[in-house]
Formats: sequence, structure tokens, C-alpha cells
Amino acid sequence: MSDTVLHIEDLSKQYRLGEVGTGTLSHDINRWWYRLRGKEDPYLRIGEENERTQKGNSNYVWALRNISFEVKQGQVLGIIGRNGAGKSTLLKILSRTTTPTKGNIKIKGRVASLLEVGTGFHPELSGRDNIFLNGAILGMTKTEIRRKFDEIVDFAGVERYIDTPVKRYSSGMYVRLAFGVAAHLESEILIVDEVLAVGDSEFQKKCLGKMGDLSKAEGRTVLFVSHNIQAITTLTKKSVFLDKGRLVDFSSTPEVIKKYLEYNKGNKGMYLDESDSNVPRIRKAMVRTSEPNFTHICGEPLTLEFEFFLPQPLKNGAFAFQVMNNLDMPIVHCWVFNSDRPVFREAGINKLICTIPKFRLYIGSYYLRLTFADNAGNTILQTLDGVCNFEVDIFTRQRDYKWEPNTCTYLEDCEWETK
Amino acid sequence: MTQHTDKTHWDLVIKPKASLFDLHLKDLWQYRDLLAQFVKRDFVAQYKQTIFGPIWNLIQPIMTTIMFLLVFGKIANIPTDGIQPVLFYMSGITIWNYFSVCFTSTSSTFVTNSGIFGKVYFPRLIIPLSVVLSNIVRFGIQFFLLLVMMIWYHFHNYPIHFGLNWLLIPLLVVIMGGIGLGLGIILSSLTTKYRDLSILVGFGVQLLMYATPIVYPLSYLMGKKYRWVIVSNPLTPVTEAFRYALFGTGHFTLSTLGYSILFMVISLLVGILIFSQTERSFMDTV
Repeated sequence: MSDTVLHIEDLSKQYRLGEVGTGTLSHDINRWWYRLRGKEDPYLRIGEENERTQKGNSNYVWALRNISFEVKQGQVLGIIGRNGAGKSTLLKILSRTTTPTKGNIKIKGRVASLLEVGTGFHPELSGRDNIFLNGAILGMTKTEIRRKFDEIVDFAGVERYIDTPVKRYSSGMYVRLAFGVAAHLESEILIVDEVLAVGDSEFQKKCLGKMGDLSKAEGRTVLFVSHNIQAITTLTKKSVFLDKGRLVDFSSTPEVIKKYLEYNKGNKGMYLDESDSNVPRIRKAMVRTSEPNFTHICGEPLTLEFEFFLPQPLKNGAFAFQVMNNLDMPIVHCWVFNSDRPVFREAGINKLICTIPKFRLYIGSYYLRLTFADNAGNTILQTLDGVCNFEVDIFTRQRDYKWEPNTCTYLEDCEWETK
Repeated sequence: MTQHTDKTHWDLVIKPKASLFDLHLKDLWQYRDLLAQFVKRDFVAQYKQTIFGPIWNLIQPIMTTIMFLLVFGKIANIPTDGIQPVLFYMSGITIWNYFSVCFTSTSSTFVTNSGIFGKVYFPRLIIPLSVVLSNIVRFGIQFFLLLVMMIWYHFHNYPIHFGLNWLLIPLLVVIMGGIGLGLGIILSSLTTKYRDLSILVGFGVQLLMYATPIVYPLSYLMGKKYRWVIVSNPLTPVTEAFRYALFGTGHFTLSTLGYSILFMVISLLVGILIFSQTERSFMDTV
């Protein structure tokens, strides 16, 4: 039977928004006064969900709320969630750079956290010195580092540069050396934040491989946070899905990812902002798909409609949208500038319609990311992410083989010749 | 064993509030290699790409000595207790520099290291400790300069008094470093929330120097009304004792030196207590 090495119970973390510093003294005194009378901290009772797109009523938000889960030894656990879901806060508490507001975490064994590659690297010191410095910061003793030294240098592939200051390293070498140190830590639990986003793809594979080895061969526990659904799927069997500071799901990775993708689909096909504030903004965005219910047939024309509200004409307005796939990657980019055609030149409601004559994206779920800007002032007026979800399907087109999902992202027209 | 999961031993429990005396002193010992690495980094990195390297440590006391010699010796005509003036000022500057650098560098611990503190856990006390230790090396270099000057004056009518009182010096350095560290970490903890204090440190240290017998001997204040201010400064007996150890002249007693030691112990205790409370969650307020 496998043992629990990490036990998280009812974990919550509250943050204070706004300008830290103003009013802290009065809040501190108030807190102290409540504590003196044996009452609960008055500011713990307030606080709301961490929804960053809406303006809240209170200055306190819960970055994490009542999170509980367990990790067994040798498990690789994935942690996913949108930006602001509380992933980083959870990692910060786990790696002891901040404390929880409520709840507790029990840990068996040493924890090493890799929230950033190369923490504490000193640019003026040589690669050799930095291995010892960084290793010590991550909790290794000198003898441990000495024992692993050759392995680290080998893994990073920087033997020739080992006595050169790291400020002369290429960024790739720097990252490789830093990850090399971290990967050779002798801790029982390794926490990895999206550090793999850097480095070339060959090295990314090497890192992913190394992390897989760590858990399989050495029985070490790894917590892995990433936006990269592919990496999470290959590396982990179990995952945690956080949203707005709450734990939405904790089960097998495929299940969690399914739920994660469904969550992103929240608003189907249309975005509507009916508030009557007097700022320039996107009022409406909508995709007109070839089929009802926001389903589009690959290869059919796609029309997108946008409505803007302007209190006064923009001098040099611009608007762009990206079609994003469910791995959060932009696939299509379309834009319109004032220099291309007259846009946003009248106050009030402005409409824009964009038609893509042949929308060739392959089967899958897509959504839009919108950017509305005034280039004269070089200011972005508004960005909207995760709006107008729609599906692409090919069920009307016939061919001899079944259409399989995930064969490609883009279906090109092509002509064949036989000679 | 799995049946008693609740009773199993957990190596670490992360809780919202730690008890006041949960100081992680065991952690500190575990991370002693890190302390050595930081000391090395502080020293090596500072002189990379400089021509004179550690010699820069000598320029400052030499220039300051010349300045003091002119202003306080020649212009203000303050006596030096029968000690050769160059040696008098230089000895004061040497011991004072150690205190002031310990105090000012440790007082910004959290603010200057917030980048690294936000990413990885290690006992935060390692950083101020490494500052105090790496500055001992600097103190050593300046002390060496002082010795060279003493040998020079040895052949020019100011013979060196070697004796048991030289054994006082290591103790005095520890007291200076200890008070600097203690006050420094108290301030560093407070500056995470109230940044005003970091402004205070800059000129506060300068003013404090004039409240310590650096540019004048304590004996010069005999019978003056404000003498108690200078005497109540815990750094006063240390400076006087330092000059006594080197030159055989200086006004301190065992009880005044005991006062300095007591002050050091209290400021260190209070400092460590506040520091370990702050280090747990300062990332949210810094």
C-alpha cells in the first residue's frame, strides 16, 4: 500500500487587494483589538471569490478556499486551472514562501520547489560556483552536490563553460544548468511550476523525461503545475483542477482535463456586455456558425460580428481577434486597423463584421481572444479571453475513413496529380 | 503502519500561525553549507571586474581618517586621549564600520532579497548571518591596515603595547556584530510593512556615529551635562574597550561592557523572535 506523503486539509489563503501600505496600520490595530478580546479576526469573515474580471465589493479576496487533497508516495500529480485559479498560491504555500490563512499541510520528507529556474543564480559567479550556490539554496549539502556534480554538468551539457561566469551563458545553457541542479535534488517531493516553458523543445522533452524517471525509478513524488495539457496528460495519472481558488475536481487526469475543457466553454458563441458605463468597450461579440447551436462545418464560411461602444470617435482605433484552440494556443489571427479602412470613427455604437470565406480549422473546440486598442495612444482599451466558444465538426463531408479528432488543426485544400 | 496514518510522523506541518518560539533553529544548522556559500558569494561577486578588488576596503578608512584628522583634529581641536591621532581615528572607524555595515545591510534583508525569498524556502536568518560573517573578512582587512599603521608608528615614538588585553578584541567584534545583527533584523522585519523605516536607517546610522565616541574620546566629555546620552549608548563601552585593548587607554568597566553584552543578547532575542514571525508571510506585504 502506498503511503500518503502530502496531506492538505481545508487550506485557505486570503489576500488584501489594492495599495498595500495605506490603512495597514489601522487594520493591524483593529485586528489586534479583536484578538485581545479573544474574537476572530474581523477581516477573515469578509472576502470574496477571486474573479479578476469583475470589480469586487471588498478589498479582501480568497486566492484559495477550503482546498483538501492527498498525494501518495511516487505519484505525479498535475495541477491545472486558468490564470488566477490559485495554482501559484498553492505552490507558494507548499514551498513555504508564504503561509496559509486557514487550514494546514502535512508533509513527509524533504520538499524542493522549482517555482523558477535558477533561483539565486549569481551572474558574476562561474557555472561551478552557481551549482554549489543554487544547490545549497535548494537545500542540498556540499557533499551531496559534490557527489552529483558531474551528473549535473553532464545533464546540462555545459562542461566547456563550467568555469565561465553564467552571465556569459546563452539563455538555453543557463536554463539547462539550473534545471540540472534542481533535477538532481535528493528531495522526496519535487514541486515544479511551468519552468518547462523555457528552453528548446529537445530540452523540454529531456526535462519531461527526467521528471517521469524521478517518479518511476526513484519513487519520488512530483507536483506538476502547467498550462500545457499535453505535458500533464503524458506525465500524470491524477490531477487537481482549481478554479477561482476552489477545488473543482480531484481525480484521474483524463477526467479532470475533460472537466477543465468543459469549464472553459462556459459561454457559448456569444459575448454581451449590457452595462451602461461610458467607457469605450466591446459590447457584443458573436460567431455565426454554419450550423445552429454554435457548431461549424470545417470549410464553410464563418462570420463574426462585433459591436463596440464609443463615447467619442477614436483617432486610430484597431481591433483584432485570435481563434484559440482548447490547448490555449492561438490558431488564427485577424485584425483591422484604422489605416486599412475607416473604423471607430463615430461616437456611439460601431459594428464590425468579419467573414472568413473558408474556415478550415479541424474538428475541435475553439474560442476567441479579442483585443481592442487605440493605437494613437498605444493603449489597449480592452482584451477579452475565452469568449464565443464554438465547435468545429465535419459530419457533412464524406470520405472513406472516419474523421478522427486530433489528426491535425488545419485542413488545407489540395490537388493531387498522378503521372 | 498505514493503519495509523493519523499517528504517523510528519516531517513538516504548515500551519497559519506558528507559536512564538518556533524558530527553526534546527533548520539553520541543516543549511550551514548555504551560509558558507552566501559568504563566499558576497565576497567573490563584489570584486569581480574590479581592478583593485578587496583593496577598495582600504581606501574608505584611509580617506575617512584623513577627513577626521582635518575636521576634528585640526579644526575642532578635539583631544585624542593621548593616542596618536591617526591611530585614534582609524581604530574608531574600523570598529564602527563593522557595526554600521552589519546594521545597514541586515536591515534591508527582506526588501533586497524578496526575489529569492519568494521562490524558495530556506531559513531566512541565513541571509543576515551571512552578511555579518562576510563582513568579518572586510573588518579583518581594515584591521590589518590598522596594524600596519601601528607598526609604522611603533618606530615613530608610539610603541605598541602588546598584552593580554588584545584578547578582548574578538569579543568586542562579536558584540559589535551581534548588536548590528540584532537591531538590523528587527528593522528589516518592520520595513516589510512600513517602508518609512528604511529611510530612517540611512541617516540614523550617521547620527548614531556621533553619539558614539568615534571622533572624540569618552574622557573628553567628563563633567558635561549630556554625557549620559553617550554613556547610555551600548556601543560606547565597546569602542572604548577596543581602544583600550589596542592602546591601553579607554574608559570602560566590566559593568559597562556587561551592559553592552546584555543589550546584544536582548536585541538578538527580540530580533530573532520578530524575524521568524515576519519571514513566514512577509511575501504578502513586502
